[in-house]
Amino acid sequence: MNPAIAIRQKWQHTHFGKAQWQALAKALLIPAIGLALFLGVWHLGAQQVDTSLGQFPGPVQVKEQWQNLLGEHRAENQREAAFYQRQDERNAKKLAKNPAADISQREFNRRPTFFDQIITSLITVMTGFVLATLIAIPMGICIGLSNTVYRALNPIIQIFKPVSPLAWLPLVTMVVSAVYVTDDPMLAKSFITSVVTVTLCCLWPTMINTAVGVASINQDLKNVSRVLRLGWFTHVKTIVLPSAIPMMFTGLRLSLGIAWMVLIAAEMLAQNPGLGKFVWDEFQNGSSDSLGRICVAVLMIGFIGFLLDRALLFIQSWVNWDKSAIVR
Amino acid sequence: MNNPHLELSRVGISFPTPKGPFCALKDVDLKVAKGEFVSLIGHSGCGKSTVLNIVAGLYQASSGGVVLNGREVNEPGPERAVVFQNHSLLPWLSAYQNVELAVKRVFGRSKSRREMREWIEHNLELVQMSHAMHKKPDEISGGMKQRVGIARALAMEPQVLLMDEPFGALDALTRAHLQDSLMEIQAELGNTVIMITHDVDEAVLLSDRIVMMTNGPAATIGEILEVDLPRPRDRLALADNADYNHYRSAVLRFLYEKQRKIEPIGARRDNQTKAGESRHHVA
Repeated sequence: MNPAIAIRQKWQHTHFGKAQWQALAKALLIPAIGLALFLGVWHLGAQQVDTSLGQFPGPVQVKEQWQNLLGEHRAENQREAAFYQRQDERNAKKLAKNPAADISQREFNRRPTFFDQIITSLITVMTGFVLATLIAIPMGICIGLSNTVYRALNPIIQIFKPVSPLAWLPLVTMVVSAVYVTDDPMLAKSFITSVVTVTLCCLWPTMINTAVGVASINQDLKNVSRVLRLGWFTHVKTIVLPSAIPMMFTGLRLSLGIAWMVLIAAEMLAQNPGLGKFVWDEFQNGSSDSLGRICVAVLMIGFIGFLLDRALLFIQSWVNWDKSAIVR
Repeated sequence: MNNPHLELSRVGISFPTPKGPFCALKDVDLKVAKGEFVSLIGHSGCGKSTVLNIVAGLYQASSGGVVLNGREVNEPGPERAVVFQNHSLLPWLSAYQNVELAVKRVFGRSKSRREMREWIEHNLELVQMSHAMHKKPDEISGGMKQRVGIARALAMEPQVLLMDEPFGALDALTRAHLQDSLMEIQAELGNTVIMITHDVDEAVLLSDRIVMMTNGPAATIGEILEVDLPRPRDRLALADNADYNHYRSAVLRFLYEKQRKIEPIGARRDNQTKAGESRHHVA
């Protein structure tokens, strides 16, 4: 091809025409307008609400609190670094005096910041979710494969599925206190209580969707398996699991959404040092900043929930055999 | 045929329905010799597929039974490989892996890994699919999928190859092409084949015998036509062949005179919905 033509064509491809601008407007401008309207309504609405803790925070106050929380986190990091530096210097001095000296390495007693609490929440929710998945997928496969198992378990599932985490929590708390008795607990009881509650609440969507996915396998594929006389394990591995994957992921995404929602409530009541406890503590604290800090937490909870869902979507598009499937 | 390879004797089947048992097949008697190519033809809903599914072991006959090489058939198995109408390839496996699944199951113990690979490639070559053997079913055409389905069945080295309208969903040109391939493969391997079809030309061109079935309920074998045409057969040469046309008209006469479905235009819609409801039983 004539290089001049090639360059012109390339230019035409990269050049922003009317259609590209429209696409860009659709992708960015319209969501931006939506966001701006929301902020405006929030700002005006917040001014109308007076609470016992002062005026309801608008976007500006919330942004201030976000910066405060960031600042507190940085300050705590510096305190920690300074502590270890002092300790190292002290120990170095001791060793210089007497190489056989007894050196103590003490842990810094860190006050959990907002961001530490986010990490705790994420660890807790993932533990509960992974635990639920490990139970729900094998169970879902068994339920989907056998009508008898389905009939036996369906009433139980239907009854437990709608139970609120707040109802489970007292029971779980008491059981964990009774069962988990050690002198040197590796895991905090509040952590275990939160995890178990999350697990109990987010089991069901994965289990039910996996079961439906397994039960609706194409009859022809089942016949192929029968003609080949595939063993149970090979049948599940080569035929059942791949065909159930799309449904399974639908369930997993529902489950993770529920897990994240339930976690906040569980942490509030179990006092697991995560985002739920943060919200509760701020509420109890009742300073004029509290509502703003809770608003930061609310937005953060939403944003993390969104990211968790996207992450699972990404895993789905990676695992799913049907690359042409539209996942959203 | 003193010692038939495959024998169906007095096979009948009935399905439970809310209105009592529905007798789909009754007294089907058929003997098939080794290496023979038999077609089952009949109107839709007459139970052709049911016969095939009973031979495959996917359905259990309510009365009578099927004997293959002196042993009764009562469950599915790779010695009676099935080519399904809609190919039934696993969509998450490539053409090669689909055949591999069958080969591993049948020859996992007797062949080495290298022998298995060669055997898979040989079978894909037989159906002229070597060029696309690492493609997934979604990436190849309907005719190619059906070729892979045939390769998968052939790779099991079945004693009987059961084909359920294997070319029914294909366009006429692809179908003709696959029919020629199938004739070549059968001439080379000498498989025993039972094929369901609703295409009269296909039945006459491919078969040694054509089994014509009466309409259901309680369908059974109406007539059996021996097709005594020399092989290899060539569709162009046969088009003007008097014998070929004679066989063809015999089948047509059976289907459209003796077993004509009397369907006034108004009643047709009713019948179609009924056929749709009971398809999973009968078709």
